[in-house]
Amino acid sequence: MRLLEFEAKEILARHQIAVPKSQLLSGSDQIDLKFPLVLKVQIPLGGRGKAGGVLVAHDEVQAGEMAAGLLATPIRGYRATCVLAEEQADISAEYYLALTYDTVAKLPLAIFSAEGGVDIEELAAREPEKVCKRHFSAREGLMQHQARELIVQAGIHGRPLLALGSVLANSADIFLRYDCTILEINPLVVSSDGKVMALDCHADIEDEALFRHPEIAGLEKEEGRFESEKKTTEFEAKAAEIDSADHRGVAGRVIEFGGDLGLIIGGGGASLTAFDAVKQHGGEPANYCEIGGNPSVSKVRYLTSHILSKPGVENVSVIMNVVSNTRVDLIARGIIAGVLDAGKDPAKAIAVFRVPGAWEEEGFKILKKYGVPYVDRTVSIDQAAKFAVERTQG
Amino acid sequence: MAIVADKNLKVIIQGITGREAASFTKDMLDYGTQVVAGCTPGKQGQKVHGVPVYDTVRQAVAEHPASASVISVPPALVKGAAFEALDNGLELIIIVTERVPRRDVVETLEIARQNDARVIGPNTLGLICPHEIKLGMAGGPVEDVKKSYMPGPVGIASRSGGMTTEIANLLTTNGIGQSTCVAIGGDPIVGSNFLELIPMFDADPHTKAVVLFCEPGGVIEESLAAMVVERNIKLPIVAFLAGRFVDGMPGVRFGHAATIVEGDKGSARIKRETFLKAGIHVADKFSDIVPILKRIEKELDMEE
Repeated sequence: MRLLEFEAKEILARHQIAVPKSQLLSGSDQIDLKFPLVLKVQIPLGGRGKAGGVLVAHDEVQAGEMAAGLLATPIRGYRATCVLAEEQADISAEYYLALTYDTVAKLPLAIFSAEGGVDIEELAAREPEKVCKRHFSAREGLMQHQARELIVQAGIHGRPLLALGSVLANSADIFLRYDCTILEINPLVVSSDGKVMALDCHADIEDEALFRHPEIAGLEKEEGRFESEKKTTEFEAKAAEIDSADHRGVAGRVIEFGGDLGLIIGGGGASLTAFDAVKQHGGEPANYCEIGGNPSVSKVRYLTSHILSKPGVENVSVIMNVVSNTRVDLIARGIIAGVLDAGKDPAKAIAVFRVPGAWEEEGFKILKKYGVPYVDRTVSIDQAAKFAVERTQG
Repeated sequence: MAIVADKNLKVIIQGITGREAASFTKDMLDYGTQVVAGCTPGKQGQKVHGVPVYDTVRQAVAEHPASASVISVPPALVKGAAFEALDNGLELIIIVTERVPRRDVVETLEIARQNDARVIGPNTLGLICPHEIKLGMAGGPVEDVKKSYMPGPVGIASRSGGMTTEIANLLTTNGIGQSTCVAIGGDPIVGSNFLELIPMFDADPHTKAVVLFCEPGGVIEESLAAMVVERNIKLPIVAFLAGRFVDGMPGVRFGHAATIVEGDKGSARIKRETFLKAGIHVADKFSDIVPILKRIEKELDMEE
C-alpha cells in the first residue's frame, strides 16, 4: 500500500524527522501559513512535478485558484481529493535518502547520496560512486554510527553530519517498524538556517504486514483518499464478484483483453505460460485469469458463462498445469455447465480442455460424454494452446 | 541422489494439526518421508496420521531426533515457529505458509545464516527428490506424484509451485528423470533461490542439467547470469521464462507477488537476453525444454 505524501510525512514527524509547516487543502480553505507555498497534489504516484502536480503560490487568492485547479485535473490517471500546501523551504543543500530490501543479499539496504532532488536511477547509472549503499540487520536496525559512516562516505563532513545521521537512523527505524518495502526521502534538505527537513516522502507499506498496522490498514479503507481513473472494467468487476461470492478456491485476477478466445487458465505460473503460448501461436485472448485451489463447480460455471457472455467470444480454452489439490472432474463439470448456461454446445465452444491430475479419469469420462476435445498430461501447455488456436481459427 | 534432502532425512511438521498440514503429512508419509513428530503448542498427546504431536519443538526433537522442519502455521506466527526450529538446531526449514511479511522472512534468514541452516520458502509447495523424499505439498498425493515424477539426472528449480510438477511431468512423459525438484517460493525474498541452488546442483555428481522456471519481476535471473559467467559454471541450465506478455503491461500485478514489472527492469525480454549472453539455454516454448535437454545429453555423451 503506497501512502500519500502527507500520510508518510505524518509518520516522519511522529518520529522526530522535521517536515515543512503545512496544511491540507480540499476546497475553500482558510490558509494559515507563510507564503510562498508549495502546493502538491496528493496522488499515490511519483513524477508529479513533471506532470504539473506541483505549483508555487505567492498569495492566498493564487493558492485557492491553484488548489482548485489541481483538484479538478486528473494526473496520470488519478484525481486527488486534497492538496498539500507547505511553506517553501529556503534550501542550502539537497540529499537523497532511501531504505529498501536487497532481494539478492536478502537484507535491508540504506541508500544515501549528497545529490538529492534528482532522478536517482540516472545518477546511479552515470556516477555510481555518488550513490552510497549499506546493508544492515533487520533485527538490529541501522545504528547511529553506521548511519554516520554512510553519510561520511557520501562526502559530507562538518555541521550537518550529526543531524543527517540521526535522520537516516530514524528513517531506518521507521522502515522496519512500519513494515515498509520502500521508504524514500527525496529531497532531504538542509535549510539556510541549518535545519534538516524532509521535503518529499514515498513510503510503501507491505500489504502482507498490514495486519500489524491497523491504523494504516484503516486509511486504505477510507473513502475518498483519491480517485483512480483506471477503474476495472465492468467485465472484470463481475468476474471479481463471482470469485468473492464463494470462498472455495480461486477464480480470480481476471483481466480483460480485446481478443476473441476466452481463457480459463491456472494456477499462477501456468496462467502466465498458457497466456504466452496462446499469443505465440497467433491466438488473441479475450481475458487473463488464474484459477486454482480447488474452486467449486458453481464458481467455475459462473466464470465460464461470464467469459462466454462477452460479445464475439465463442470459445473458451481450459488449460491448467498438472493439478494435485484441484479436482479435474469438478473443473470439467463447472466448465460444461457454464457453456450450457451460455446456450452453447460444449463440443464446439470448448476449444481444448487440458487439466491433468487429481480425479482425471472421472473428469475425462464427463468430457467424453459431451464430446469435448480434451488432452491428457502427455500434451504440454503450449501444445494444448496451439491445438486450441488452430481449432478456433479453423 | 539429490541435493538439499534425501531419504535418510528425519522431519518434523510445525502446525501439524492444521487441516492443510495434516493432509500433506499423510502424503509425505505415503511417499516414504520419515515424518517423526509434529508440533502444535497446546496439542501435545494428539496424533496426526500416527505422528505424535508435541507442545514444543524441543520436546519433539528430544524424543525423535530430526534435522528438518516443514512449517505450516498462520503468517503472523511463521517467524516465531522458524526461530523455534533454528533455536533447536534444525538445519533445514521449509516454510509453506504464504503472505509472510518480508521483514519476518529477512529476520528468519539472518538467524538461519548464523546457524548455517538452509531455508526453502516461504510460499513454497516444497520439494521432491523422486523415489527418495517429498517435503511439503509438492505433487500432491502419492499416486499423483508417481505419475509426474521419476528419478534421473535433471534438477528443477521453479518460482511457481504448480509449474514444478508441470516441468517434472513434461520430463517424465518424455523419459527424462529428475534429481531434486525445488519449488523455491513465489515471494521476492526466499530462503533459497536460483543463486543458492545452482551451485548445489553443480556440485551434485548426479545432476547433469537443471531446468529453471522464471517469471518477470526481481533481478535474481540477472544475478544468476552474472554468477554463471563469473564462476564459470559448466552445468547446463535450461530456463523457461513465463509471462512475456507482462512486458507490455508495466505496473500490473500478475501471479506471484514477484511478477511486477517496472519499466524495463525485471522484464522477461531483458532476462532472456541476459541468459543467452551467459550461455544459459532459453526454451522459447514450454515443450522446447525437452529437445534442448536431449541435445545437451547428446553433447555430454560425446564428451565422455
